[in-house]
Amino acid sequence: MRTKLWSTSYHVLAGGLSVLFLFPLIWTGYASVAPHGATNQQDGYGFGNYAALLDYDAGLLRYLWNSTYVSVLTVAFTLVLSVLGGYAFARFTFKGRDALFLITLAILMVPYSTLLIPLYSMLGDMGLRGTLVGLALVLTLYQLPFAVFMMRISFEAVPKEIEESAMCDGAGTFGVLTRIMLFAVWPGLITVGLFSFLAAWNDFIAPLILVSEADKAVLPVAIANLRQQSMGAVDFGATQAGVVVMALPCLVLFALLQRHYVRGFMSGAIKG
Amino acid sequence: MRYSRKLAGAAYAAPVALFVLVFFVAPLLLVGRMSASDWPLLAGDMGLNLPENYQGIGDNPLFWPAVGFTLKYTGIVVVLLIGLSLLLALIVADRRRGTGFFRTAYFLPTTLGLASASLLFFGFYSPAIGPLDPVMEFLGLEPVSWLGTPTAALWSTVVLIVWKFAGFFMIILLVGLQSIPPDVYEAARLDGAGRWQAFAHITVPLLRPALGLVLILSVTGSLLAFDQFFILTKGGPDNSTVTVVQLIYREAFQRFDLGAAAAISVVVLAALLVLNIAQFRALRKDH
Repeated sequence: MRTKLWSTSYHVLAGGLSVLFLFPLIWTGYASVAPHGATNQQDGYGFGNYAALLDYDAGLLRYLWNSTYVSVLTVAFTLVLSVLGGYAFARFTFKGRDALFLITLAILMVPYSTLLIPLYSMLGDMGLRGTLVGLALVLTLYQLPFAVFMMRISFEAVPKEIEESAMCDGAGTFGVLTRIMLFAVWPGLITVGLFSFLAAWNDFIAPLILVSEADKAVLPVAIANLRQQSMGAVDFGATQAGVVVMALPCLVLFALLQRHYVRGFMSGAIKG
Repeated sequence: MRYSRKLAGAAYAAPVALFVLVFFVAPLLLVGRMSASDWPLLAGDMGLNLPENYQGIGDNPLFWPAVGFTLKYTGIVVVLLIGLSLLLALIVADRRRGTGFFRTAYFLPTTLGLASASLLFFGFYSPAIGPLDPVMEFLGLEPVSWLGTPTAALWSTVVLIVWKFAGFFMIILLVGLQSIPPDVYEAARLDGAGRWQAFAHITVPLLRPALGLVLILSVTGSLLAFDQFFILTKGGPDNSTVTVVQLIYREAFQRFDLGAAAAISVVVLAALLVLNIAQFRALRKDH
């Protein structure tokens, strides 16, 4: 009797909470296609709000391209830096090694906004302000602590014997890295790639500050600006369509790479 | 051989070293210099003016309200987030029918970006298309202006943040829960301990490292809140929800004073460093 009561209340609580958590997600999908007088989907269900988004300002495709370009660039920068750095920290001793590793982790201690003010000025001097490459470099900065840490522990977990036998066969350290080590650390690469992609895809404050031209805007900034469209009236339908467009790649990546999500969080927990 | 290996190591680390130097160390030094200078957004460096920017912080009528609001918001979010994420972790900790579904349901909002989630709730709370007013009407209640008053705007944002992050912290606590060996519970049960006693005397103490991580992450994240207020409330109504980071943004890009923005940034950095060191110390001491 006691256990039955416990089990029922457990399921009511757990089920009720999952409804609360899922409801806003389901609602945004619904609101983006449902008919509503105040949106571009006047009668019947359909993709009027998405069509409005396609024509909005520089166009949805432009923003999708900008976001994709910045995200892919950020992933590439992050992977190259963290693979080389992680390999160096895990397998070599050199002057300043521990200091460099600590400084890299210390990036986490400094608030984003504190660095964006001077970076705004510096990127201007470098001719990179308002460019997507400059934005990707700044986004890479905040991925480095996690990425370098992750790649360091990934390389450290590879047995040294594998490397040594390759060395005996005459391979140099770079050959060992590209021909052997990269295959051994691929789960780490996927986790780092996944997290840096999601961070770049979703970042808001850096592109808001660093990129002001409308046709270089990334999706989150473009959709946030969209709210002031059409003579001060907010286009709520198109906003929710934009939310769906931004959310879809995240949900797909989650579905495909669930294991790597948890892996990333676990290393976060170890860090603490 | 040894010498060349040292050289090779330094060579592999060189890109990270260069990147960190240019994009981290240099801006960190520059923000100090900017905070001590007259530095309008467009004109650039107009020379040192120490300590004008720092004196200006205290005179800024929005500064103390922003600090007060940010602290209040942080307190509420941290308490609710830790409580709810612990509840979620306990719900999904044991493998039984439905836990896989529940885990995914609680975690899904985490996969969204914060800006996307804020835009979602911007529509969700709106009287124009939001689903809440019809629900209130159905229940026979007056419609509520979810973002219209300072109190409503604060709590509506808290709901958004708790919804977005509870699943993320649930996973961290879940990893912590699963690292507690089952025989500890078994031993407690044999000693006659009930569910609550086991929770209070085993789960909570052994979960301390994971709880500590959740505490540090949620405190830091809330103190630096920006996206959610920028998108959802724009700091309103009547500047009642302006956070410290929003104030930095306003000084820099709406009042065009990078020097003043840099000075607030340095103060925030110093405050966070002190806070983080204190939190680390407190957690280490427990071990």
